[in-house]
Amino acid sequence: MAPSDVDVAIIGVGLHPFGRYPGKSALEMGEDAVIEALSDAGVDWPAIQVLYAGSMEVKNPEAITGLLGMTGIPARAVFTGCATGGTTLAMAANAIRLGEADVALAVGLDKHGRGAFSDHPSVSGLPDWYGEAGLFLTTHFFGMKINRYMHDFGITPITLARAAAKAFRNGAANPNAWRRKPLTEEQILESQYLNYPLTQYMYCGPDEGAAAAVVCRADLANRYTDKPIYLRASQMFSRREGALEVLTPSLQLDTAPSPTVFASKAAYAQAGIGPDDVDVAQLQDTDAGSEVIHMAENGFCGDGEQEKLLAEGATEIGGRIPVNTDGGLLANGEPVGASGLRQVYELANQLRGRCGDRQVANARVGYAQLYGAPGTAAVTILTT
Amino acid sequence: MAQQVPIAENLFTWPSDNPALIGGRSSDGRVVFPYRAHRLVGGVREELERVELPRRGTLWTFTTQRFRPPAPPYAGDDEQSFEPFAVGYVELPGVLRVEARLTEPDPAKLRIGQEMELRIVPFGTDADGNQTMIYAFAPADGGKGADHGSE
Repeated sequence: MAPSDVDVAIIGVGLHPFGRYPGKSALEMGEDAVIEALSDAGVDWPAIQVLYAGSMEVKNPEAITGLLGMTGIPARAVFTGCATGGTTLAMAANAIRLGEADVALAVGLDKHGRGAFSDHPSVSGLPDWYGEAGLFLTTHFFGMKINRYMHDFGITPITLARAAAKAFRNGAANPNAWRRKPLTEEQILESQYLNYPLTQYMYCGPDEGAAAAVVCRADLANRYTDKPIYLRASQMFSRREGALEVLTPSLQLDTAPSPTVFASKAAYAQAGIGPDDVDVAQLQDTDAGSEVIHMAENGFCGDGEQEKLLAEGATEIGGRIPVNTDGGLLANGEPVGASGLRQVYELANQLRGRCGDRQVANARVGYAQLYGAPGTAAVTILTT
Repeated sequence: MAQQVPIAENLFTWPSDNPALIGGRSSDGRVVFPYRAHRLVGGVREELERVELPRRGTLWTFTTQRFRPPAPPYAGDDEQSFEPFAVGYVELPGVLRVEARLTEPDPAKLRIGQEMELRIVPFGTDADGNQTMIYAFAPADGGKGADHGSE
């Protein structure tokens, strides 16, 4: 039976592995992910009463109904940058809470070209000169934030290399990962700087893929599965004045925390748990520095403690707080619309004990965090 | 003859013997950069006063850009002439931190906390063949003395 204070359950998850798939469209990858999620949930497509779809490259990802069946249901697109996966899941859950549906679907799908994201600065409310000057690059933020963080809290490059090496080790153990070749810390440190102090192998790359989750009223979950995963918290916060955020031409001197800090605190409060209760975490690792910073911003350690924790292997599978057990963004790449639901896919499978060689023993509480432009963070907490 | 023109209006005073970045100050003393004509202050839309920002500050953080940014929107040098550059936030004391290109591209010669000063430097060429000028910050000591370790 569902706990009395929980109203939404995840009953099925699906993934189209991330990577490069010439000739296959983002919507076709989304179709594969949805079919796996439906099969996992044991429901047919016509049972889905509401759809939320997220994508950066596909303007109308809800057009996926053309592949799955045009059943007339409310089908909506949502986009919140790299936090899109968290938002699609939260919106599908809200549809259930509002009584709009008993069973709903969240899907994310994307297909990016190679190389850094590029667009006109006006899409983010920034002046033309900011792009002409070469400042309209999200990667500058990642380099500048970790550089300052290392200066303030005594983090050294080996800690960044350890985070990246762990990602590629976990990727090697994950049959769905894009990057499956382990790299040594030396190889990571010796690769060229893309944005000092971050080297090539400390960065994720944009790629292609899709992920999906079927949610239902928690009190109905046992009709579909004997292993429902309960949605205990989903929180989203935007940037505050003074915070160091992606693509920001100036900062006020009175600094503010990242939106991740607010989303994390609100999510723990909503779930009625704390960081010590989390068994497995998925943290936005656009780069190795982001993962290190996000460990502290999500309450898993104090600022600077990462140096010791990573040296001890605390974030490895089998460590005190395993982080990015499927290889994270570093080993899977980032199809922006799908990335957050990949985290949910991994957590649901960890909580159901399906992760084989990379299974976290007795995992009961899963935590997922997303961060992206223009300074948006989402946190999701799942439990058995 | 080709002229030197700023990359954008209202970004810095130009031409000038002593150029400065332009900010917008509201009645509560807060300064925004880049300048804009008005913003909400305490729920009321207020005209902002054009102010010149301090020309010196300290390097708050920085990173480097190894490859040529995607063009467009990038309007700097072409694939052949591209040189890696650095960007950072410079803290202008008592006012705010501004994001800027740095004249020193080598991270080994940059250090958080070092003194920086404003420069207006040539950047690219506009559609009329004029040389565009952009703001940047340079180590105030010309780069000397900044070698004692940024790692």
